[in-house]
Amino acid sequence: MTKFAMPEEIREGDTHVGRRMLRVEDRSLLRGEGQFVDDVPVKKGTLHAAFLRSPHGHAEIINIDTSRAEEMPGVFAVLTGREVAEQTNPMIVGFENPIDYYGMAVDKVRYVGEPVVAVAAVDRYRAEDALDLIEVTYNVLRAAVDPVEACEPEAPLIHPRADSNCVSKRNFVHGEPDKAFAEADRTTELTIRYPRNSITPMETYAVLSEPNAETGGFDVLSNFQGPFSVHTVMALALRIRTASLRHRSPKNSGGSFGSKLVIFPYIVVLCVLARKARRPVKWIEDRLEHLSASSVAPNRVTRVEAAYGNDGIVTGLRLTHWDDHGAYLRAPMPAPIYRMHGVSTNGYDIRNLAVTNHIVMTNKCPTGAVRGFGGPQLYFAVERMMHKIATELGIDPLELMRRNMVRADQFPYKAIAGALLDSGDYLRTIDETVTEGGLDALKKRRDEARAQGKLYGIGYAACVEPSQSNMGYISTLKTGLERERAGPKDGAVASVTVSVDALGSVNVIGDSVPQGQGHQTALSQIVADQLGLDPEEIVVSLDTDTSKDGWSIAAGNYSCRFAPASASAAHQAAFRVREKMARIAATRLNVPPGDVEFSGGRIHAANNPENAIPFYRVGGLAHWSPSSLPDDVEPGIRETAMWNAPELTPTTANDEINTSLAYGFGFDFCGVEIDRDTGVVRVDHYVSAHDCGTILNPGLAEGQIRGSWASAWGATFIEEFCYDDDGTFRSGSFAEYLVPTATELPDFQIVHPTPHPSPYTRLGAKGIAEGNQYTTPVCVANAVADALGIEDVQLPLKPAKVLRWIGGAEPPPSKGIQTNAPAQRNPSAIEVSGQMEVPAPPQEVWDLLLDPDRMARLIPGCERLVKTGDDRFNGTVMLGVGPVKGRFDVNIELAELDAPRRTTLTGTADGPLGSSRGQGSFVIEDSAAGSTVAYDVSVELSGKVAAVGGRMIKGAARQLIDRFMRALVRQAGGGGQAAPARHRSGFLAWLMRLVGGGR
Amino acid sequence: MKNLSRDSRHHVTFRLNGVTVEGFSEPRMLLSDFLRHEVGATGTHVGCEHGVCGACTILIDGTASRSCLMLAVQADGAEIDTIEGLANADGSFGILQQAFHENFALQCGFCTPGILMSLSEFLQDNPDPSVDEIKVALSGNVCRCTSYHEIINACIDAAAALRTSKAEAR
Repeated sequence: MTKFAMPEEIREGDTHVGRRMLRVEDRSLLRGEGQFVDDVPVKKGTLHAAFLRSPHGHAEIINIDTSRAEEMPGVFAVLTGREVAEQTNPMIVGFENPIDYYGMAVDKVRYVGEPVVAVAAVDRYRAEDALDLIEVTYNVLRAAVDPVEACEPEAPLIHPRADSNCVSKRNFVHGEPDKAFAEADRTTELTIRYPRNSITPMETYAVLSEPNAETGGFDVLSNFQGPFSVHTVMALALRIRTASLRHRSPKNSGGSFGSKLVIFPYIVVLCVLARKARRPVKWIEDRLEHLSASSVAPNRVTRVEAAYGNDGIVTGLRLTHWDDHGAYLRAPMPAPIYRMHGVSTNGYDIRNLAVTNHIVMTNKCPTGAVRGFGGPQLYFAVERMMHKIATELGIDPLELMRRNMVRADQFPYKAIAGALLDSGDYLRTIDETVTEGGLDALKKRRDEARAQGKLYGIGYAACVEPSQSNMGYISTLKTGLERERAGPKDGAVASVTVSVDALGSVNVIGDSVPQGQGHQTALSQIVADQLGLDPEEIVVSLDTDTSKDGWSIAAGNYSCRFAPASASAAHQAAFRVREKMARIAATRLNVPPGDVEFSGGRIHAANNPENAIPFYRVGGLAHWSPSSLPDDVEPGIRETAMWNAPELTPTTANDEINTSLAYGFGFDFCGVEIDRDTGVVRVDHYVSAHDCGTILNPGLAEGQIRGSWASAWGATFIEEFCYDDDGTFRSGSFAEYLVPTATELPDFQIVHPTPHPSPYTRLGAKGIAEGNQYTTPVCVANAVADALGIEDVQLPLKPAKVLRWIGGAEPPPSKGIQTNAPAQRNPSAIEVSGQMEVPAPPQEVWDLLLDPDRMARLIPGCERLVKTGDDRFNGTVMLGVGPVKGRFDVNIELAELDAPRRTTLTGTADGPLGSSRGQGSFVIEDSAAGSTVAYDVSVELSGKVAAVGGRMIKGAARQLIDRFMRALVRQAGGGGQAAPARHRSGFLAWLMRLVGGGR
Repeated sequence: MKNLSRDSRHHVTFRLNGVTVEGFSEPRMLLSDFLRHEVGATGTHVGCEHGVCGACTILIDGTASRSCLMLAVQADGAEIDTIEGLANADGSFGILQQAFHENFALQCGFCTPGILMSLSEFLQDNPDPSVDEIKVALSGNVCRCTSYHEIINACIDAAAALRTSKAEAR
């Protein structure tokens, strides 16, 4: 059935490793029998949590009134951030910092979606009902949104204990960059703005927390992914022993791509909530919560400078990063930028490097791990720079890259910032890719397209692909002195246990916490090879339990840890089992243990396969007859490997750090064609190659390459979390935050270059899951730069943006679209104006407008409207926009009253769906029919309604106004027709997006 | 549709994969929640609850539908098919499941139930689909692990196997 490009079998001798073995995991998943957190049965009486979240990017909390929610039947606990702060310690990160983070807002909210109040109730529906009864009063503050501006002294300060929103700044000097720049033939610079995105797993965060009276702690089930160093952070925050925080993860997790690392603050909050409710509490995050408030990759501004010779050899690199981590730092943040520190020079032999890292706080969702983990941002800068240097010198970009690449005879190669590149032949990989991928033909295609006047470009990108993180790299952020005080941090321990029972059945457990990559399958292959069994005979269980399993701080699923680390640990544990069983078998076979082999379920003498004992018999002996074992052999068979690599050394005194253990190599090239009229960038041909050493299972490996490509395509073309200048969040649903679907995702060609196994991992395997996150965005960007001859290529490549780069004017609208577009006060405000004829004299209309009882009947959704003072009104209105509907508390104040001619009004509306502030005017004039009422209203929205209703708000506002005006006409006694409301600037753009230009 | 009282739980019964199931539901309870938490059929997953991701897709009277956009009480009396009903009577993989298995067409498996149900309906009406037709059929299902390529291949293989099995049955 298969059509896969990868070879069916990559056998080394007769091994299962390298086989395209079908996945064990499919057996349950394809039958709907997987076990994700929300599938696990819970105790009767388990409560469900819901969070009331901030509608503002930055605001002081003036008051929280939870009394009505607490009285609601079915509600067991209501918890504010203030209570969490009283009962827990702030969650620590890897360095001293001025941020107190408790997982919930205390006194201030700092991003849209930040949890303000948590409720535990009998079911999720009632918990969400209770949120509607909570009243929070805010004082809205100016927000800091741009990471560079946020560092300026006049920017609003997000954390009061900090003296700047830049909470960490470190300068690193490797080699002699100043000298290199002073002596270079040429220098150049480029500024990059890399956007915010994530990979939004299909399963959202899920936590079940239960207080445990025996330990004084908690039993937690969640889809947390590790690293388990964060387990310590949670226990310290909860003020309990680490052993009292029992964390279990179920068999299945619905993807993570890094995001389920920072579920841990929710675990802490859920524990506090469960303690208050005295019951188990479960929380399943919804999609809006996930998009607005879970985790994103930091967006980054990078100024990159290069010193280079006229021969194209790059002699120096300076990188100045402003890494935007949103409102808080959560461990292990700001790790992405430091995880890549050792490979700041990518695969190039550049010996002089200066790096400045600004870690910046803004009023946006806090960051976490996202597949690629700091690599996309870094390599975008470096690879765009290589393209720029080539352009300046008039050299082919690929030729320039080749001239600077680390050569095969230099491995293992110590990069100037400390990475020990273990193996590879980068030039050979490039050669193989160019040949197999058809670069010559692509160049011809470009020439032909250009000859026809088309906009066509070719881009290249290379990447070093780090795998298995050094747990010490985050310490690079500290100064040498601080590091000395804190003690050494290094290594990355992986744990796998292999046991053989009395009937010879093999069980494997491990700490890799898979999220769909097929770890059970790969581990069964590795262990089967060692024990001479079929993988079908090995049972691998990768659900985890911190109270029972072997694990260490590096446990988890991140930074391509599996292939180098977990595979090595499995190999080592199985090897130890084999050694032990060989010693037992040897006594029965009367041969030395070294002369024993395992195959076909038998253990036999190497030189005489007939002299054999069944595998299960040896298992039986170990359990049933300890007395018959050799003297120094322990009974039973259970071996736990805690595997570590000595190459993962601590940060040196001069800040060099071998950030990862194994480094693969990726090389991509592509051709893109850009439509002059629409700005749509079409990938015409895309080729991707990854040398990741030994391939454990080609089917799994190819799945990782393809999956990485898909999400990287999304990051390149459509995915971005958008914020307004006031911190309003705009990407709260999959209608706003677009992700690739089958229809738009192009196909691409995978080239399998000659593998260069790692000398530092037991099977020679390196990670493969992140490569295209590094290469694809910048490969396409370089192609766009080549096509358009521009320098500042910013992702995602939305057509409207690309059209501006092309330089042509936006084509005039089709007939029928009415437009009048003066500049707006706030680009995100909704402005509605219009006028209508009312068949009543101005005085009557005026009296009507000021009569709360009659107005209550006219305003759509109005449930109550009372006069609270001179020209002040308060009311309750039920409004719905798109997928959301809710009650708003409305306050309106009239001013500049000129009865019965004109008034201005200002107002606010607040509710669980968000907040809005508006202003406008009514002008009433005499007319033949009675009166003409002209209105002009501007409304700004924030919170949920802005996050998910953005594309529908203008239409909804028009409908509401129309309904109101028609009702006004009816009330005034006539059948008059309201003139259609007209919408100012933005409407055209909205309509253009709606008809398909928005991608 | 009959008038239901907001605060009471109403008896809901339907055929799920050929077996009659029943339970009680408030009028506002989503069908996806009812399936998963009242009936205990957790094979159907919930990914976005706003009808975009398609993970919760099931067949209602043979038509692929979002169970997160429907109320449980609306399904009363319906014939519902979910991933749990796709295997052969002996428990072995059905054709579509087998094709997914052999093509590595799933990774985490969270979106898979919805994709399998979308394609089940699609393949009934399109025995010999083109790649473009399959892409359109898949456009209402989001997968973040694969590149859809594997899923498209699985669908092509399943279509061919279904044609063969139908021809043999004749």
